[in-house]
Amino acid sequence: MSLEQIKKRKRNKKRNRLIFRTATLAVLLIAVVFALVSNFQKDKTIYSVGDKAPDFQLQQINNNNELETVRLSDYEGKGIMLNFWATYCKPCEAEMPYMEKLYPEYNEKGIEIIAVSLDATQLVVNRFIDKYELTFPIPHDTRGQVMDLYKVGPMPSTFFINPEGEIEDIVEGALTLERLEGHLQDIQPN
Amino acid sequence: MNKIKCECGHVNPEGTVLCEACGKPIEGNQHIDGNDKKKLLNMRYDGSARRSQTYNKSIIDKIWSFFSSVKVGVWLIVVTLIASAVGSIFPQEMYIPADAASRDPAIFYEDRYGIFGLIFYQLGFHNLYSSWWYMILIALIGISLVICSIDRVVPLYKALKLQKAKRHETFINRQRLYSESESVSKEEIQQVKEKLKKQRYKIRDEDGHILAEKGRFSRWGPYVNHIGLIVILLAAMLRFTPLLYMDEYVWVREGQQLVIPGTDGEYYIENKRFLLETHDENDERFKDSLAKQGEMVPSNYQTDVIIYKAHESEVAGAEPELEKIIESDIRMNKPLKFDGYTLYQAGYQLNEFTNMSFKIHETNDSEEEALDSFTINLTSPESDYELDNGFRVVVDQYYPDYYLDDNGEPASETNYPRNPAFVLLIYPPGEVTPEVSFIGIGRNIDATGENQYKAGIEDFEMHNVSGLTVRVDYTLPLFIIGAAIFMIGVSQGMYWQHRRIWIHPKQKGVLLAAHTNKNWFGVKSEIEKAIAGTTIKMVEDQQELDE
Repeated sequence: MSLEQIKKRKRNKKRNRLIFRTATLAVLLIAVVFALVSNFQKDKTIYSVGDKAPDFQLQQINNNNELETVRLSDYEGKGIMLNFWATYCKPCEAEMPYMEKLYPEYNEKGIEIIAVSLDATQLVVNRFIDKYELTFPIPHDTRGQVMDLYKVGPMPSTFFINPEGEIEDIVEGALTLERLEGHLQDIQPN
Repeated sequence: MNKIKCECGHVNPEGTVLCEACGKPIEGNQHIDGNDKKKLLNMRYDGSARRSQTYNKSIIDKIWSFFSSVKVGVWLIVVTLIASAVGSIFPQEMYIPADAASRDPAIFYEDRYGIFGLIFYQLGFHNLYSSWWYMILIALIGISLVICSIDRVVPLYKALKLQKAKRHETFINRQRLYSESESVSKEEIQQVKEKLKKQRYKIRDEDGHILAEKGRFSRWGPYVNHIGLIVILLAAMLRFTPLLYMDEYVWVREGQQLVIPGTDGEYYIENKRFLLETHDENDERFKDSLAKQGEMVPSNYQTDVIIYKAHESEVAGAEPELEKIIESDIRMNKPLKFDGYTLYQAGYQLNEFTNMSFKIHETNDSEEEALDSFTINLTSPESDYELDNGFRVVVDQYYPDYYLDDNGEPASETNYPRNPAFVLLIYPPGEVTPEVSFIGIGRNIDATGENQYKAGIEDFEMHNVSGLTVRVDYTLPLFIIGAAIFMIGVSQGMYWQHRRIWIHPKQKGVLLAAHTNKNWFGVKSEIEKAIAGTTIKMVEDQQELDE
């Protein structure tokens, strides 16, 4: 074997090694990127800030409100406070009077409060409405469809939706009067 | 790249510690395996060149050699271990208690745990196990596993393939098991060869230099094992795709019809009946053990269900059109499968109230003769009951799961009628002012103490609740394959040993040496059997002499 040949073989070997290592690292990198991206997208199945709020339609059960059914897409152009609650949830109960207090004023300003009840029994909800004299629409999610759609965990959970129909903010847990007012101002149409 | 030519004529790659062919220690590389300070040779990877430790030219080579280091791998594992432990100090985001003042993690951790909670949250430990940096750590361990394996298995394979029977004397006398014999005849060597063959050694003879080897296969165990681990990691990775994996849980009450979570509203389930059966205590087979147990032992958990498919409805929440597709039962370990979904019997709650019937009687009637009666459906009670004999009952308050809250006021703990209680307004015939009573299980309170009529619980019906796991899992076969490969690798490395015995002729006598990766006692006893009846001296363990 001449010196020339030896050198050539050496070069080939070196090149092959580089190709092999690059290919292996590339495959591993692709796998890692795939895992990270799909994990990131898994979180996306839960609607988050900036997403379009998915539409739904439910029966409205508050007798103080004239609506029969509530459909989210009917409120385009308005700011929407979408609240998920139940009568047996103490923090939900705590924030209800604040919502009722601010409702007339902000309803004038183009905001709708929709408080989806996740209770099982309508009577219980009715008595609760009477107790706090609530006037905003209260759709009743008897089969848990909308709860599943919005992936609502523990209550209360509140989605603030801007006039463009996008979720502006998500609040888990009860709101104080000041914080609630601040959030309502954020989604107020101009 | 400087190849190293050994005196036996073999050309070794750079970084080789022991010549691949004859085993002679290569000068200048002995520090790599620490041979320069010891009498015995370190036989790890048979002294082959771990290529990564040698050239570091391009960026690719640098990355490669970083991951090829076992030290780096161990550190990655240690860091992951510490991170996992720290993540368990405070609850993860999904376990923030429902009664927290705010469940927003930005507020909750600092609010409840102070400065440490804040740090915990800011470093992302609140959502550790699916955080990007934790996943990257796991991924780096995976990469390190692959590259470490490739970088060791290839040179080891080459070194074992290229090894010659004829070894350099220094290689022989620096083995752990070693002996020198003065004068040995050819017949005796022949005899040893035969006996080794009988013990299923593969014999190679090069000009009287003999290598007897068995169980080389055992050396690949760790690498097979690593392949299994990588397959398992791959399967875990595929679980991120909702197409291949989904896991949900749903509670369905008897008679209730619900959307099955995770099916995008496509399927509905109706619970017809939950059944909990127990072993018969009079059964001859189980009588004794049941008596010993002293309580009922369940023999069957079963839910009878109907599955419906919803026809495309325009919007979530609108009344769907349902078509019944399956009516079947789900028992423990006998899940129901349809359209890629599997439903498992996973939990139950017994005895929720369905409805309650009451009778009205005069308060001071000791016979409690019923003047009127009514039944309240506990899942959808009416507010007003007009009774046959002129009484009218208004359900003023209903607490499905009654308890007294912190303020001492009656409230409901959950949605479910587990402990129903009522405030009833009873209007006697013709009256406009009601009598108020509070009625619950074991409670019947007269608000004023002047009630003329009393309502009492006469009867009730109950129902059960089934907990079902909803799952889609196409990754399971891959996990099984990975685990099987893993176990094959483990047994391969555990139950076989790679044993080598060298016979090195020298003038009239021979040098005898042996190496094994484990079970030195085993190889010694095999040598003993092989040299029995010859003048060859038994090997001595030089390591023991060393210390």
